[in-house]
Amino acid sequence: MESVLLIKGIIILVIFALSLGIAAYETYFERVIAAYIQDRVGPDRAGPHGILQPLADAGKLFFKEDFVPVMADKWLFIIGPGIAMFTALMSSAVIPFGDTLKIGDLLVPIQGMDVNIGILWVFGVVAMGVYGMLIGGWASNNKYSLYGAIRAASQAISYEIALGLCLLAVILVTGSLSLREIATQQHGINWNVFYQPVGFILFFVCALAECNRTPFDLPETEAELVVGYMTEFGSMKMGLYMFAEYVNMFISSAIMASLYFGAYNYPGMDFVREFLISKLGDTTGHNLATLLGTAVFFLKIFMFIFTFMWIRWTLPRFKYEQLMKLGWQWMVPLAMVNLVVMAVATLSGKPLLVAWLGMGGFLLVYFTGRSMYEKRFN
Amino acid sequence: MEILKNIAMVEWVYYFFAALAISGALGTILSKKPMHSVIALIITFFSLSGIYVLLNAQFLAVVNIIVYAGAIMVLFLFVIMFLNLRQESNELSNTSMVVASTVSGLLLALMLVAVFRKAYIDPISPALFSSETGMIERLGNLLYTHYMLPFELVSVLFLVAISGAILIGKREKGGRHF
Repeated sequence: MESVLLIKGIIILVIFALSLGIAAYETYFERVIAAYIQDRVGPDRAGPHGILQPLADAGKLFFKEDFVPVMADKWLFIIGPGIAMFTALMSSAVIPFGDTLKIGDLLVPIQGMDVNIGILWVFGVVAMGVYGMLIGGWASNNKYSLYGAIRAASQAISYEIALGLCLLAVILVTGSLSLREIATQQHGINWNVFYQPVGFILFFVCALAECNRTPFDLPETEAELVVGYMTEFGSMKMGLYMFAEYVNMFISSAIMASLYFGAYNYPGMDFVREFLISKLGDTTGHNLATLLGTAVFFLKIFMFIFTFMWIRWTLPRFKYEQLMKLGWQWMVPLAMVNLVVMAVATLSGKPLLVAWLGMGGFLLVYFTGRSMYEKRFN
Repeated sequence: MEILKNIAMVEWVYYFFAALAISGALGTILSKKPMHSVIALIITFFSLSGIYVLLNAQFLAVVNIIVYAGAIMVLFLFVIMFLNLRQESNELSNTSMVVASTVSGLLLALMLVAVFRKAYIDPISPALFSSETGMIERLGNLLYTHYMLPFELVSVLFLVAISGAILIGKREKGGRHF
């Protein structure tokens, strides 16, 4: 019992440290990728290839003057960034980072906690994430901050609906809310993305919107709102907001990888596991296979993070009414169709065939109908 | 002191959440800025969710957070921010308001006391108690078998509410476009 608690504690600490470390190095790689895309050099002063840049940034942010505007609501102004960071870190608790580790004769899963509401926990925490921005923006007593906060809230609420509908389709296929169960059912290459590619694309767009990343970074448009809700924030308070954004990026990549891309599963995993066990013995082989799965999981996560950055430095941002139109008139109806198609596919017994036929048929009928309608009436 | 020593860890957690819920509720009605009231109410919802988790009703806890703390309170904050209600409300200086709220509060307290005196609470037998009662599978089975009709009726009610919201939000002809 004691040792289980100890191992669990170590796993939780490692996950916590990893989220923070990865978030820190995301800021570095964001700059490196931006520099590469824009044909610049990028950060190269601090350490070899600028690898110590995040440390230098953190040092700078910590030693800047901690400033609270006179007319601001002091306590809420201080709490705002804290809430943002707190909610960003909470959702990593339920992500299944790997299969089980064998210690003695105990099997310990690499996961903070395996609750039977797993994915709803993530959804609840995401819903709470708005408060950091809302409270911070309101408390600074600045028009631009307030506009940024209102935009952030309305955007998050609008895209949460499509996000929830996509989640429902995944839950429907799996028949469980537990993220570990969702991961186990995608054994090998039986990944959800092959069953519901449209659902995945919708989820990805919603994740971009929920993380306030370009092309959905309306809350912090520097051309209109200075930097939106964090206009009045300086030093580490601003740092916490920025950091929360990067932690959110990491977590949402992890969730996409575990919902649609099979978490720690990869093709040929059974063969690798058998091979390792036969070569290295039961315990070492099993643990090594598990760690290999975790490495694959992180590879998937990094791929998603790279895509996030790639999109940021490639696409311009939406106008506000375009954002709302996309969210309500495209994403929500399409997510509903996806849900219905997946329900029928699950009941039919041939999920892959029916899902593709249903979704493809719907899109075909919709777009031909639309083009015919436009030809006739315009 | 002996009593304090005998309280189990779970009960400490329960008392913590209960105290937090009550102080949040008091903060909601006592704070003068509407923004602070809303935040205090969110704290109350959170501590209620904590109590649900202690009862092993995880689904209820997380739905409480998603629906109340995550959606409804965000809308509240949203509206308050739009209206920018910064001036302090002064309901406490309105005498008739104070009298009315005192009377209704006392009536409610009287009613609660009367009900609780008469109420019969089933004694819980630990042998028959199932710890899975609050789990989502049980809840789903019950909702879709025993309580099918009320459940469906509630969904019709929601549909009506959605249609009403769309009707209200719809632009009228000749209305302002912005």
